[in-house]
Amino acid sequence: MRIDGPRADQQGYVVAVDQGTTSTRCILFDHAGRLVAVAQREHRQHYPRPGWVEHDAAEIWRAVARLVPEAMAQVDATPADVVAIGIANQRETTVAWDRRTGEPVGRAVVWQDTRTAALVADMAAAGGADRYADVCGLPLATYFSAPRMRWMLENVPGLRARAETGDVLFGTIDSWLVWNLTGGPDGGRHVTDVTNASRTMLLDLRTLDWSPELLAEFGVPRAALPEVRSSAEVYGTARAVVPGARIAAALGDQQAALFGQTCFSPGEAKCTYGTGAFLLLHTGTEITRSTHGLLTTVAHRTGDGPASYALEGSIAVTGALVQWLRDNLGLITTAPEVETLARTVEDNGGCYFVPAFSGLFAPHWRAEARGLIVGLTSFVTKGHIARAVLEATAWQTREVVEAMDADSGLRASTLRVDGGMTSNNLLMQTVADVLDAPVVRPMVSETVSLGAAYSAGLAVGFWSGTDALRRRWHRAAQWEPAMDPAERERGWADWQEAVRRTFGWVRS
Amino acid sequence: MPGPIQSIERAAAVLRLLSAARGGLGVVEVAHALGLAKTTAHGILRTLVDVGFVVQDEHGDYRAGPGLSDLARPRLVADDLRSLATNWADSLAARTGESVRLAVLAEGRALVVHHVFRPDDSAQELQTGQSLPAHACALGKVLLASRGPHRMPRRLPGYTARTLTDPAALRRALAEVRAQGWALDVEEHLPGRATVAAPVRDVGGLVVAAVGVDGAVDDLVDTRGRPRAGYVPAVRSAARSISRQLGARDERARG
Repeated sequence: MRIDGPRADQQGYVVAVDQGTTSTRCILFDHAGRLVAVAQREHRQHYPRPGWVEHDAAEIWRAVARLVPEAMAQVDATPADVVAIGIANQRETTVAWDRRTGEPVGRAVVWQDTRTAALVADMAAAGGADRYADVCGLPLATYFSAPRMRWMLENVPGLRARAETGDVLFGTIDSWLVWNLTGGPDGGRHVTDVTNASRTMLLDLRTLDWSPELLAEFGVPRAALPEVRSSAEVYGTARAVVPGARIAAALGDQQAALFGQTCFSPGEAKCTYGTGAFLLLHTGTEITRSTHGLLTTVAHRTGDGPASYALEGSIAVTGALVQWLRDNLGLITTAPEVETLARTVEDNGGCYFVPAFSGLFAPHWRAEARGLIVGLTSFVTKGHIARAVLEATAWQTREVVEAMDADSGLRASTLRVDGGMTSNNLLMQTVADVLDAPVVRPMVSETVSLGAAYSAGLAVGFWSGTDALRRRWHRAAQWEPAMDPAERERGWADWQEAVRRTFGWVRS
Repeated sequence: MPGPIQSIERAAAVLRLLSAARGGLGVVEVAHALGLAKTTAHGILRTLVDVGFVVQDEHGDYRAGPGLSDLARPRLVADDLRSLATNWADSLAARTGESVRLAVLAEGRALVVHHVFRPDDSAQELQTGQSLPAHACALGKVLLASRGPHRMPRRLPGYTARTLTDPAALRRALAEVRAQGWALDVEEHLPGRATVAAPVRDVGGLVVAAVGVDGAVDDLVDTRGRPRAGYVPAVRSAARSISRQLGARDERARG
């Protein structure tokens, strides 16, 4: 054990802000990449109509402003101890605000929100869901920001005029936080990073700037959009919360997790289990197109260097299904108890649960699908349902792994995992079982925060380079596949049949 | 045997009244409903607010508080503990370079509910679900020390020459663990291995788990069998952080 203190140039902390879908976390990391302080707060989910999901951006900003000092106080850190701030955020969620007052215009529209379904269907009818994929790498879906911006511009009275003059600003959550941190109405910087921008449907993946063609298609005025910057560079100095600290990174949470897992080279992949699950495969500096329902996205860009890209398999509902079991059915009182409940039975009792709550994302992209529980008999108990809930996450992982295989030809020998659900041993074992591959959790399972911290620390020279970061990756746990192959294939066939039965439920 | 204590009866009546009310109640309403003097009702309500069983809403009215429903909740399950401890268990492994385990007392043994590999990327197997003899490891001694006195067999099972098999010797060791706030085992369970552990407390201050490191004897202790500098503070600091995660207060003051 090393007990000598750090060298002078290794002192201090990187502050990571992980602004997620259900909660915000502030985590401090030291030079060794160790987590030294955590503060967390949940924020309210607003469901004003079926399919609508909103957040109060002002509440989120207040949470950040409280959590950062709270985490710093845990290790008696002063602003002088903060070498940089890095932000990782829920992606695609869109907020508009008044440049002069800093007040949000209505609530932020969250990535799970499906209010743009009709608009998306209309646009797809006129040229196919993939009509813009060549430019932005994404299919038309309610998931992304541009349809939301168009919806807001068309439905909020007076918004378009104010956006065209730049009196109202648009952004994803990274933009909102950086703008507020750097002064808000008083000189705040209106920027976003390439990874967040690559989730809007407005970014040209080749030029790494807003596509004039797509801006016109969605009717989004450029004056209202942030400037696109890299994921690791100093955007400005904080004037609020930690005055004087450099804000040196912003990344979409999933790209941050890829970076935090030190997946810096082509062929390296990770899967993060949170509200949804997101499998990202680094594909290098070349843009790889998917023919199997995966997204092409920007993985990272450091300073003026070339951008690296990734293929992504996005699963909308994984942890959210456990929360649903807790909040909507009351079968458990805390999320981890789903494991306790699932272990009361040996198997799923023939029950399958397809959580197509907002349609199905990768690899199906079926907006009209809705959730179902199938295979019910009088034998099935709540324990079996808890099993089916965990298995749903495992089978959905297999779906995107197979798609990734088919697109890239790269089959990862092991799956690197992270996120809150990795503390669920039964789930991790089930993922290893259905993939027939070992599943590995790294020493820091808060990889979203770690990736934001690594990116910010690299930008200010706190860490020398990516090799130094790779040396900090260690295995904390590993699950080996232990399922009978015949049983695996039977379950896989049942799952695929269950998925097929969710299709076409919503009829327009 | 003294008779019923009037103030407790009155406090219970106030809690029943507030739990049954649709909205909040003011002092006057409470006093009137229970036939108490206003000052008496006020004193009882203030005391119940202080202990967390009653809260005051934005209008100044009193309502049954979350502390009351917490009483009826089942105790933390192992899966909750693992989820809440993960970050700090990881940090402890990174800080010490040793493997980390979290254990709870189950049927007199230390049941491992979470395990973090030694961070050297060597082949290791998850020990989650294993149960260890409580009297022969630091995790178990921390857990046993938190229990009141209990019956022990005349002789405890031995695993090495250093296992404490004499109940009197174990009782002395547990008293020491209670006093110092951490436990050590040097080759008491497995030859060549040493473990250091400290207690994890819940919101009420009860010891609900133990967290500790497990390493080679030469790495963990000096030639006189004392823990090398750094291990005990690292383990205790992780235990305090996990306790804080569970909602424990005054964590700096406790073991």
